[in-house]
Order: sequence, then structure tokens, then C-alpha cells
Amino acid sequence: MDVRSQISMVFHLDKCIGCHTCSIACKNIWTDRPGAEYMWWNNVETKPGTGYPTAWEDQEKYKGGWELRDGKLGLKSTGKRRTITNIFHHPHQPSMDDYYEPWTYDYQNLFNAPEGPDQPTAIPISMVTGEYLDIEAGPNWDDDLGGSPVYAENDPNLDGLTPEQREQLSAVERLVFFYFPRICNHCLNPGCVAACPSGALYKRGEDGIVLLDQNRCRAWRSCIAACPYKKVFYNWSTGKSEKCILCFPRIETGQAPACFHSCVGRIRYLGVLLYDAEQIESVAKRPDEELIDAHRDMVLDPFDPAVIEAALANGVHESVIDSAQKSPVYKYVKTWKIALPPHIEFRTLPMLFYVPPMSPVMASREGETVDHISDNLFHDIDESRVPMQFLANLFGAGHEAKVRYALRKQKAVRWYRRAITVGDVDMETAMRMLTEADCTVEEAEAIYKLTSLCTFDDRFVIPPAHREEAIQMLEDPMEHKQSVGFGFVARPRRGM
Amino acid sequence: MELTTAFLNLLFFAILPYVALFTFFLVTIQRYRSQKFTYSSLSSQMLENQDHFWGLVPFHYGILTVLGGHIIAFLLPAQVLLWNRALPRLYITEFVMLIGGVLTVVGLLNLIIRRVRYSKVRRVTSLPDWILYGLLANQVVTGLLVALLYPWGSSWFAATAAPYLWSIVKLNPDLAYVSAVPFLVKLHVVNAWLVIGFFPFTRLVHILVVPNPYLWRKPQVVRWNWNRNDIRNTN
Repeated sequence: MDVRSQISMVFHLDKCIGCHTCSIACKNIWTDRPGAEYMWWNNVETKPGTGYPTAWEDQEKYKGGWELRDGKLGLKSTGKRRTITNIFHHPHQPSMDDYYEPWTYDYQNLFNAPEGPDQPTAIPISMVTGEYLDIEAGPNWDDDLGGSPVYAENDPNLDGLTPEQREQLSAVERLVFFYFPRICNHCLNPGCVAACPSGALYKRGEDGIVLLDQNRCRAWRSCIAACPYKKVFYNWSTGKSEKCILCFPRIETGQAPACFHSCVGRIRYLGVLLYDAEQIESVAKRPDEELIDAHRDMVLDPFDPAVIEAALANGVHESVIDSAQKSPVYKYVKTWKIALPPHIEFRTLPMLFYVPPMSPVMASREGETVDHISDNLFHDIDESRVPMQFLANLFGAGHEAKVRYALRKQKAVRWYRRAITVGDVDMETAMRMLTEADCTVEEAEAIYKLTSLCTFDDRFVIPPAHREEAIQMLEDPMEHKQSVGFGFVARPRRGM
Repeated sequence: MELTTAFLNLLFFAILPYVALFTFFLVTIQRYRSQKFTYSSLSSQMLENQDHFWGLVPFHYGILTVLGGHIIAFLLPAQVLLWNRALPRLYITEFVMLIGGVLTVVGLLNLIIRRVRYSKVRRVTSLPDWILYGLLANQVVTGLLVALLYPWGSSWFAATAAPYLWSIVKLNPDLAYVSAVPFLVKLHVVNAWLVIGFFPFTRLVHILVVPNPYLWRKPQVVRWNWNRNDIRNTN
């Protein structure tokens, strides 16, 4: 057992209101530089929709992620041999057309335009070339189903839906969408790291954050194609790739990442998961239908004495184990099993989990009467506006069971709380639902609390970074201070 | 007149090489040490993805063939001459090198057209890039012309250029060989020294950081802030 600690995340989609505050918080801190304008380390997509970059989930096109070839795990886009032939021209590199050309506006035109019959406008200018630009796409072009016959219909998750279901999705009375905020998943088996010819990408041992060493990146571009979530971006100005850093300067000082901190809907949770690194390869090789369970089994119980002992022996600090025990992510993913990894069939073992969203309740209708309660209390889950197959394609590797389990439990908790607070549901029915949804009263209360009444400290359990110990391991802190002083990592040298 | 020629020969074939080599080593090393961030191939594929293929691929395969040929003939001149003694082998060598040269010229031409044509790519093209394109264009065009006008270069390179280059390496420049070659060849040699001297100021440094360890490293990379073994031992 090789116990390692991983900072993991849960996004509760049922609470996301699609306000894009997270995206803006991230943009303002990290990606408002030349060459990075088009990057959205955090973005919020409308589902059904094609997302950003356009149709990123379509791996027939982008060749992201891993695949099994004769029992061996290999990247779809590259490999040891192919890295040589791909190095001059990467065949699966998305171009700026797949994202969008960033622009600003020529505001001076509002003041300087010559007198004429029309009101002057602020004309869009490309932030790449500085020339006037005819805007053809943007990072949220299909936000809230805008232009959905053109965009949403191309959502790869609609595969396997009947033509009838597809039609219903866009019928005005049944129209439905939900939001899908995305950041880097800080995977356990990251495609970007495995693809980087220079070894610039790496996973931080202590907390599992995937970072990109800017001094070692040589712009071979393999990471961009290899990441199935398209969360590594190429800075066309500096000639280096960049990605979400999970705001590690904030994490190391005990603050939640900017997108988490600013989340208006409080949908984001962050905490430590302990996992067994020895299992990574074998788990990533499992057949699609076993992936979710295997991935969950890799996550270790932080209360198990054997796990604690192995963690300590492996250099995981006591305070990190303590954080793991309080981790909200552990509860959602492992205890309650209602948070699921996105597209686990890409086999990168993402460490960002999503609580699937409930869609609008469909009432059963007989003639003029609309009845909200049928004998099958969970009927609206399978008949909900978002087809189960669609959610299963997103969060269940195409298999509905795990998604249905998560939704049933959520619904049971809702009805249980409704029986208590509103009282129009009798407690007997609520208890029956809890039993059927594999949930106890205590668990339902805990889910309710962490979902609805969560404080800042409940949502973000950030382990201490222990950078001070990192130095202690190498040399005595007092000696270090006397030779280097504060503020320098390397010893200051006189002259050249 | 003779004096001027002798002086020019000295300047271009004895002094320039050392200035170029000195600049090459000093600046590449210092740049790597102090400005590691700037070591990048500065790919512009993201900005233009179609013509990129028709420029980059022929150019790189071409230049690798041609450059490889030059290096082999420089390192093993005697063996090259021996190899070329059988005519079919000479024809094969010359043919492969010629194909390489044509690929290089075609690729470079496509690259230059691409740079000029697409405003996005123009935006990320610096002055050193343009100078480099000029030098490289001069280099590959003169190279191809030399190959066409003065046949069996693989043999006479081993017999004339290799000894000259070795005399430079041995710090005892012998200009007898280069003084006698046609003007086009001289131009090719002088331009080569210019390319070497200008090399460290350009994106060409990416040649020095090609990712060879990838072929034998483990796929996943993990970096630790502290030494895990130390921690394990103390517990």
C-alpha cells in the first residue's frame, strides 16, 4: 500500500446557478495576460451543449485520454514512438478556431467616429492581431442553450439517446439544461503528464496537484492533445503551455482556490482524499462498467488504523490525515456515493467529482388532474427531463446505475426533509424512500447539512502545506536562515 | 588584389568561424542558465493548423537528412569516400541528400509564405525570426544550387570541407581548401558560420532540448517537495 494524499473536489451540480463568478475570479487572477486571454482554466458549460473548446468530449476528434490496446494502457494521441513523428506537427492539436479568437472593443470609435446617420458602435478588435474582427464564437457561445439547434445537438453525450428523446430535449415545454462547471481534474493518471516529452508536467507528491514547469516546457504541444478534458492550454505568446494550478499559492496558505472561494451557489467542496497509488495502473485498466467502483475503492478510509499507519510511514503528515478525516469530499464520494467522476471512461482517474443534478419534476398527468405523487416514488428520476442516458454518458461511463443511485438518494433526502419542514409528505413515505434509496436517517441529515447549511469551513477543509518541513528535511532551519536570510531560496552570491 | 582576397579569406574562413563558435557556446550556455524560460520551440501551430503541416514536416525531415549528411561527412570523411567508391552507392547517397535538400527548400518556402500570409502567425514573428528565415533561406538555396551545379558533393565535401572544418576544430585554420572552392560554395560556408553565430539568439535553441529522456522515462512524473525516504527512515 502506497498511501498518498490528494486534494480533491466535489461540485454539487444541483446547486450551480450558472453565474460564471468562478470563471471571472479565475480569469482576473491568472489568465488576463497576453497569450492567455482565450484560456478559461475554469469555465461553466451549459449541458446539453458542446462546451469549450467546441465538442471537447468528442475523442474521435480530439484523441484525448487513454485507451486499452491489447490489455495495455496507452494514450490515444501519442506514445513513446509517436512522440517522434508528432513533434514537428501534432496531428491532434486543437487550433484557435476550436476555442475562439479573443477580442476587445475599439471604444474610441464611440467618441471619434465621424458624424453620420448611424449611432457609432464599439467595434470588436482581435486581441491576437489587433485587427478588426468578425466574432464567430466565444467561450460561452451556447450559454443557456443559445443557438441550441446548432450547438447543443452536437453534444457527444447525446449518443445512445433515441430520436424521440432528442426531440423532446428541444421541445419548448420540456426544455431543460443544467450547468457543468469545469476546472482541471488533477487526475491520478493524468494524460497530460504522461504525454509531455520534456517532463515539464508533473504531479506534486504531497497533495497531488498537477502542475506545469514553465522552465521546462518546450512547446511540443503533446499535453494539449492528451488531456481529454482539454484543460491544458497553449499560451501562443510565451510559447509555453499553461493549466489550472488549483491556486496552489492560496492552498498552501490555507485559503480556498479563487473559484471555490467566490462560488455564489456554494456548490464547491474541497478536501483531502487518501488513496493507494499502487493501484493506479490496475484501476485504469478496468473495463468501463467497473471503473467507478474501482476508482472509489482506491480511495482509502482515513479512519482505518492500517491506513493511518501506512500513511504516516509514507510521509503523510498527521495534520493531513486529520484533514482527510474531516474531508467533505470523502463523504460525498465514498460514504454517501453520490458524487461521480466526469467521463471516467477517459481513464485519467479524475479527482474532481460531480453530484449529478436533479431536473425539474415531471408530474404524472391524468386528464385535467396533475398528480405529483405516483406509486413509484422515484418515477420522475427515470422520466425526468434530462434523459438518464445523457447523465450516464457524462458521469457513469454510459452506465445508468451509479447515476440513478445518486439521484434516488438525493431525492429521498429531499422528501425526508420535506416531510419534516413542510409536512405535506407523510413521514412514512419519506422513510420508505430513504430505505429504498439505501440511506439512513443520520445519513440523510448529514447530506442535508453539508448540502444546504454548509459553512465555509465545512466546504473547504484545506490541509496545512508544511512547506516549513520541506526545508527542515534538507537542512536545519536556523542554519538556513543564517546563510540565506529570509526571502531567498538560493544563497545570494557576490558578483557573477 | 591578391592581398584583399587573402584578407577576406582570413576574415570569413578563419576569424568569423571562431567569433561564431565563441558566440554560440557562450550565449547558449548563459541563456540556458539565466533565461531557461526562453528555451522553447515557440510553436505557432495553435494559431494556424493547416499550412503548418506542409511547412514544418518537409522542412524538418529535409533539414535533418541534410544536416545529418554534413555531420557524417565531417566526422567520418574517409569512410564516406570509401562508401562512395562504388558508383551505385554514390548515386544513392547523392539522391537521398538531394531529396532532403528539395524537401528543406520546399518546406522553408511554405513556412515563409505561412508567416507572411496569416496575420495571427505574423503577430508572433519577431525580428530575429525574420533574420533567421533570411539566413536559412540563403543557406538552403545555396546548398541546393551547389548540389545541382557541382555534383558529387558527398565526395568532395569529405575531401575538402571536412579537412577545413577539422583544421578549425584543431585551432589551426587551413584555408588552402576553402580558398579554391567556387564562389557559391564560399557563400554557403560563410552563411553557415553566420547561422551558427546567430543560433543562440533565435528559437533554434529548441534543437538542444529535444526530449530524448521521454523514450525511457516512466509515463507519470511525480515531484516531491521533500525527500520521502528521509521521512520514512525517521519514522
